[in-house]
Amino acid sequence: MSSTAPARKGGRSEFGVALLLLALGVWAIVDALGLSDLASRGPVSAKTVPIVVGGLLIAMAVLLAVDLLRGGRGEAEGGEDVDLSHGADWRTIGLLVAAFAANALLIERLGWPVSGAILFFGTTFALGSRRFVLNALISVGLSVGTWYLFNLALGIPLPVGILKGIL
Amino acid sequence: MDGVSSLLDGFATAITPINLLYAFIGVLLGTAIGVLPGIGPAMTIALLLPITVSLEPTQAFIMFAGIYYGGMYGGSTTSILLNTPGESASVVTAIEGNLMAKRGRGAAALATAAIGSFVAGTIGTLALALLAPVIVKLAVQMGAPDYFAVMVLAFIAVTTVLGSSMVRGLASLGVGLLIGTIGIDPTSGQQRLTFGIPELADGIDVVVLAVGLFAVGEALWVAAHLRRAPVEVIGVSNVRMTRDDWRRSWKPWLRGTAIGFPFGAVPAGGAEIPTFLSYAVEKKLTKHPEDFGNGAIEGVAGPEATNNASAAGGLVPLLTLGIPTTATAAVMLGAFQTYGIQPGPRLLDTQATLVWGLIASLFIGNVILLALNLPLATVWARLLRIPRPYLYAGILFFASIGAYAANNSTFDLWLLLVIGLLGFLMRRYGLPVVPAIIGIILGPAAEKQLRRALQISNGELGGLYNTWFSRAVYAVIVILLVAPPLIRWIRSRRDAGGTPIAQHHANVEGQ
Repeated sequence: MSSTAPARKGGRSEFGVALLLLALGVWAIVDALGLSDLASRGPVSAKTVPIVVGGLLIAMAVLLAVDLLRGGRGEAEGGEDVDLSHGADWRTIGLLVAAFAANALLIERLGWPVSGAILFFGTTFALGSRRFVLNALISVGLSVGTWYLFNLALGIPLPVGILKGIL
Repeated sequence: MDGVSSLLDGFATAITPINLLYAFIGVLLGTAIGVLPGIGPAMTIALLLPITVSLEPTQAFIMFAGIYYGGMYGGSTTSILLNTPGESASVVTAIEGNLMAKRGRGAAALATAAIGSFVAGTIGTLALALLAPVIVKLAVQMGAPDYFAVMVLAFIAVTTVLGSSMVRGLASLGVGLLIGTIGIDPTSGQQRLTFGIPELADGIDVVVLAVGLFAVGEALWVAAHLRRAPVEVIGVSNVRMTRDDWRRSWKPWLRGTAIGFPFGAVPAGGAEIPTFLSYAVEKKLTKHPEDFGNGAIEGVAGPEATNNASAAGGLVPLLTLGIPTTATAAVMLGAFQTYGIQPGPRLLDTQATLVWGLIASLFIGNVILLALNLPLATVWARLLRIPRPYLYAGILFFASIGAYAANNSTFDLWLLLVIGLLGFLMRRYGLPVVPAIIGIILGPAAEKQLRRALQISNGELGGLYNTWFSRAVYAVIVILLVAPPLIRWIRSRRDAGGTPIAQHHANVEGQ
């Protein structure tokens, strides 16, 4: 009995996918019904495709739920660096998302040379690297280097932020 | 225009120093990302899109094509020398290739993979050059209903053939089509699914979508399940083949090419099926059946050639019809659209320099790839030892620059995170990513053709299937939808002998 418990738990969370599909399908149809079908001839207007896609999503939500009730399970994707024998490491994911969000929040205020360095340093930390000095040097080198590459060589202005006048 | 003379013009384009340089950069990058786990050609081309907008389209596409081919070469190095299963297209190579490497024959495996890729790539590119003008001649007669039918075929084929569950494939396609609908409807000018957010009015940028689904989604997914033990890379010394290896390799190369090219040219989900087919064929035809399961060189030579030939085949529908059959081709189609180029039968006329320069540079790229991979395979293998925190931190770092640089907008970074989490969810619950990206990129084009077809027929639904071609395509679609469940049902009836428990079990396995 104990060996089936984790599988069953994974299955229950998969109903969330069916729910998400259902929500997306309803969203598509509700949004489409708010459109006017002026300037269209015949049965196809701006509404048609969203309604059909919404219907497809709702149908797949139902079929997926049926499949799950009958014991079907989605197959998690493998890969060279993927070890599916242990469960998902939510702490790592959380830290990665935090580092990513920090960059999105800070890029306009502090500039890419700072926010990009925080992003790289934060993600290496999240992924388990503990060579802080080396990582900090690589982070700063990468973010300053890419800033110069984009601004000078490629002509794509990345925000300079608080380092204005220094770089 | 005649294929051969156009191809010669193409060589004149490709041979200029600047274009040669971009071809070289492309294959170099392609090999590197092919070797590295967790990063593939689709993601790389998407990341390079914001950078390449300042380039000439010809140069950008020469580089993209180099990445596309180079990724195939590099992928074989990983699957042969790494002791873990890799991406789907190289899974088959890994079976025998890894066994060969363990027995100290890794050098021969790498050599037969590289030379086989060269042979298949060259023949495949030649076939592309000869076939493209012929298909274009047929395609100019295709009307809106025909295009719509072919696009529906692409959706259904990618969905039913890939992965093990049709429901999950169709769900993924639906999500893709939904995302593709976001933005202003080009026909009526109304905003759809935008919540009134101005940044969404033009739709979600293809860079954000592709980078989110592939780069961020993959990085988050791998991070959640990162292999704790260091990877085991099998060492090799100088890469060469014995006379016996040559004798046993050349036929599988040619057979692999013959299998891979047509499969690549039809929308059937890329290299997964043909490589398995090639492996099965070689196993059946070999004079050394005892070697299969112990490292048979035929089992590397055949699938690796298949792999590259199908990459060449995939360019046929992309360049002649504007229909992608793989994730990489879908991103390249997105790249064409960013340049304001609409791929389709007129592409060979309107962008002759680009298309033929691209095809010619594929030949050149193949030669460079052989020169880069044969003597330097051991150098490339060193990339496999890159510490994983740096690899995945680097992917997220460059994903963030790419998404931000596309529109200089922070909104895109948040969008990138949302799409990345969606990509994570899809990998976690077995929803294939390829139908989603094909739906996103091809969906708007399909809607355009649908509405055009119905405008021509004045709203009559019959206008969708009033040509013999569209009817034939719909027949194929019905077969694709009906055949797999039917076969599964018959098989479960026969194997199970009617007991409900066994039937249920077969159903579960079939999902």
